[in-house]
Amino acid sequence: MINRRSIEVAVGLFIAAGLAALFMLAMKVSNISAFTEGNGYQLSARFENIGGLKVRSPVTMGGVRIGRVAAIEFDQNAYQAVVTLKISPQYDRIPKDSSASIYTSGLLGEQYVGLEPGADDAYMRDQDSISLTQSALVMERLISKFLFNQTVKENGGS
Amino acid sequence: MTASDRPEPLVKIRDLHFRFGARVIFDGADIDIQRGKITTIMGPSGTGKTTLLRMIGGQLRPDSGSVLVDGLEVPKLKTDELFALRKHMGMMFQTGALFTGLTIFENVAYPLREHTKLPEAMIRDLVLIKLQAVGLRGARNLMPAELSGGMARRVALARAVALDPMMIMYDEPFTGQDPITVGVIMQLIRHLNESLGITSIIVSHDVTEVSAISDYIYMISEGKVVDHGPPAELKQSRSDWVQQFLQALPDGPVPFQYPAPDYRADLLGDGG
Amino acid sequence: MDWLQSLGRTGLILFERLGRGHLFLLRVFGGMSDTVLRPSLLIAQMYSIGVLSFTIIAISGLNVGMVLGLQMYNTLVDFGAEDSLGQVVALSLVRELGPVVAALLFAGRAGSALTAEIGLMKATEQLSGMEMMAVDPIKRVVAPRFLAGMLSMPLLAAIFSAVGILGGFFVGVGLLGVDSGAFWSQMQANVDLREDIVNGVIKSFVFGFVATWIAVYEGYDTVPTTEGVSRSTTRTVVHSAFAILALDFVLTALMFGGI
Repeated sequence: MINRRSIEVAVGLFIAAGLAALFMLAMKVSNISAFTEGNGYQLSARFENIGGLKVRSPVTMGGVRIGRVAAIEFDQNAYQAVVTLKISPQYDRIPKDSSASIYTSGLLGEQYVGLEPGADDAYMRDQDSISLTQSALVMERLISKFLFNQTVKENGGS
Repeated sequence: MTASDRPEPLVKIRDLHFRFGARVIFDGADIDIQRGKITTIMGPSGTGKTTLLRMIGGQLRPDSGSVLVDGLEVPKLKTDELFALRKHMGMMFQTGALFTGLTIFENVAYPLREHTKLPEAMIRDLVLIKLQAVGLRGARNLMPAELSGGMARRVALARAVALDPMMIMYDEPFTGQDPITVGVIMQLIRHLNESLGITSIIVSHDVTEVSAISDYIYMISEGKVVDHGPPAELKQSRSDWVQQFLQALPDGPVPFQYPAPDYRADLLGDGG
Repeated sequence: MDWLQSLGRTGLILFERLGRGHLFLLRVFGGMSDTVLRPSLLIAQMYSIGVLSFTIIAISGLNVGMVLGLQMYNTLVDFGAEDSLGQVVALSLVRELGPVVAALLFAGRAGSALTAEIGLMKATEQLSGMEMMAVDPIKRVVAPRFLAGMLSMPLLAAIFSAVGILGGFFVGVGLLGVDSGAFWSQMQANVDLREDIVNGVIKSFVFGFVATWIAVYEGYDTVPTTEGVSRSTTRTVVHSAFAILALDFVLTALMFGGI
C-alpha cells in the first residue's frame, strides 16, 4: 500500500497535468483571440455577394490578420449581405475611406475579407460602416461575363 | 414454557413471511431472542438463516409479519432510525467481510472513526483492547489478505464489538474452520457473552459446537420453526426431522434421493 | 409466440434496469454532499481512477496524434495543403478523438476496475458489512468514486488531446518537414476556444459521467458471485462503449450542427 502522502502528491500532479493540458489547448491550440477580440470594435460592410465567406473568417489588412467576421446577415430591403467585422482594439487607425473586398486565399482556399487603406485622416470607429466594397468573385459569373464579352466582340467585328 | 415468566425478549419475531421470487423462505415463523443469552438458529443450508439475520438488521424487509428489536419495529424504521439502531448491533459475516483495502487496525477502527469523534490516541487504545481480546493485537499492521480464514473472523469479531453493541449476530461462525479455530471462536463467543452481557444470535448448522455453547436453539425447516428449546431438551425432541438433523442421519424425513420417478421404471424406460 | 414473449421479457428487464439505474443515480447524488465534506475519500479515488489511467491515456494520445499526423500529411500533401496539418490534427483530436478515444480507454481501464472493485466488495459482503455498521456504502464507496470519475475524465481527455497534438507536431514538423510556424498558426486560426475546445471538454465531461455511472452501477448491482462480477465487468466495458459512441453522435449533432 502506497502511503497517503505520495497518493496526494500523485493526484496533485495529475490534476496539474490535466489543467496544463487544458491550458495548452486554450492558449496554444485555439484562437484565444476570440475572447480578446471581445473588447475590439465592430465595423459593418455591405456586399452584393459574399461568395463562401463564413462567420469567423479572417479579416486582414496588408495580409495581416486584424480581426474576424463576427456576423453575416441579409438585408431584405437592399438585397445586400451585411457583414459585421470585429477588429482587434490595437488596430485603431483604419482610414474612414478604406475599402473592403472578399478574396480567396489560394485556388481552393478559404475566403476572407481584405481591407485596403484609404487616404482619409479620420479613422474608423466602433459601429462605422465601410462604404466601398467589392464582392466576392463568383466563378460562374466570371465565366459568363467572359463569354458575353466574347460574343459582343464577335458581333461587333462582323 | 409460557411467555409470561420470561423477561421481554430483545428480538421478537412474529408470523414472519418472506419469499424470494417464487421460493418461500419463511412461512409464519415466530422467534424470540432473550437478552444476554446465546440463541442459535439452526437448519439445513438454504433455509434462510442468513436472510433472517438480514431482516433483524433491516437489510431486508419481510413480506408480512413483525420484527421487533428492542421494542422497535425494524421493517417500518426510516433510514436514519435504522442506522441509529444498527450502531447497537454487531454482525460477524461468514467470510469476515473485512475491508480489503485497509489494515487490520484500520478495519477495527473503522466504526469508531465513522461514528465517534474520539481523539486518535483513544481510538488507538480502544482498537488495541479489542484486538487483544481476540488475540490479534500483534497482527494489527497486516492486510486482510494476509490472514487465515479463522483470523479474519476474529478480526471481524473485534470490529463487530468495537462500538460495544447490545447484540451480535454470527453468520455461520464455524463453517470451514479447523478444530482449533472452531474452539477459539466458540470460546470468544462465550466470553463476549458472559463478560459483556452481549446478546448473541448464531446462525449455524454445526450441531456439536452449537449444542455446546447455546442457551437456546431454534430449528428451522421449510420456513417454519420445527422445534425450539435448550439444547438438552431438544435432544429429546419427538420430531423425526430434528432427530435426523441432530444425529446427522443420511435418510429420514429429509430423503436421501432427490424426488425422481421410480428407479426401476427409469432404468428400463427410454428416458425423458 | 415464443419470440414475442422473449421480446416482452427482454423489454421488461431493460426498463427495469434503466429505472433501477436512474434511481441509483439519484441516491448517489444524495450521497454526494458527504464526499465533498471528506476530500480524503475523493483524493484516494482520484488516484486509482485518474492517476492510474494517466499512462495509458498519454501513450495512446501520443500514438493517435502521430498516426494522425502521418496519415493526414500523406493526404494533404497531394493538394499542397500540408500547412493545414496542424489544423486538421488539432480539430480531429479536440472535437472527436480526444473525448471519444480517451473515454473508451477510460471505460476499459478505470470503469472495469471500478465495477470489479465494487462488485467484489459486494460479493465478499463488505458492502453489507458496512451497512450493518450503520454506514451507507452509497456515500462511502460509490459517491467518491463517481465524483472522482466525473472529474478525472475531462482532465484525461485534455491530456490525450494535448499529447496527441504534440505527437502530430513531432511527426509533421519534426519528421516530415512541415513548417513549424504554419503548423501552429493554421491551428490557432481555425480552432475556436468556445466552439471546439469547450465543446470537447463538455463532451468528455458527459462521457465521464456516463461511463462512471455505468461502472459503479454495474458494480453495485452485480450478482454477488465470482461469475456475476466478471459478467458485470464485461458489461461495463460494452455498455460504456455503446453509450459513449451513441452520445458522441448526439452531442456532435447538437454542438456542431449539420442535421
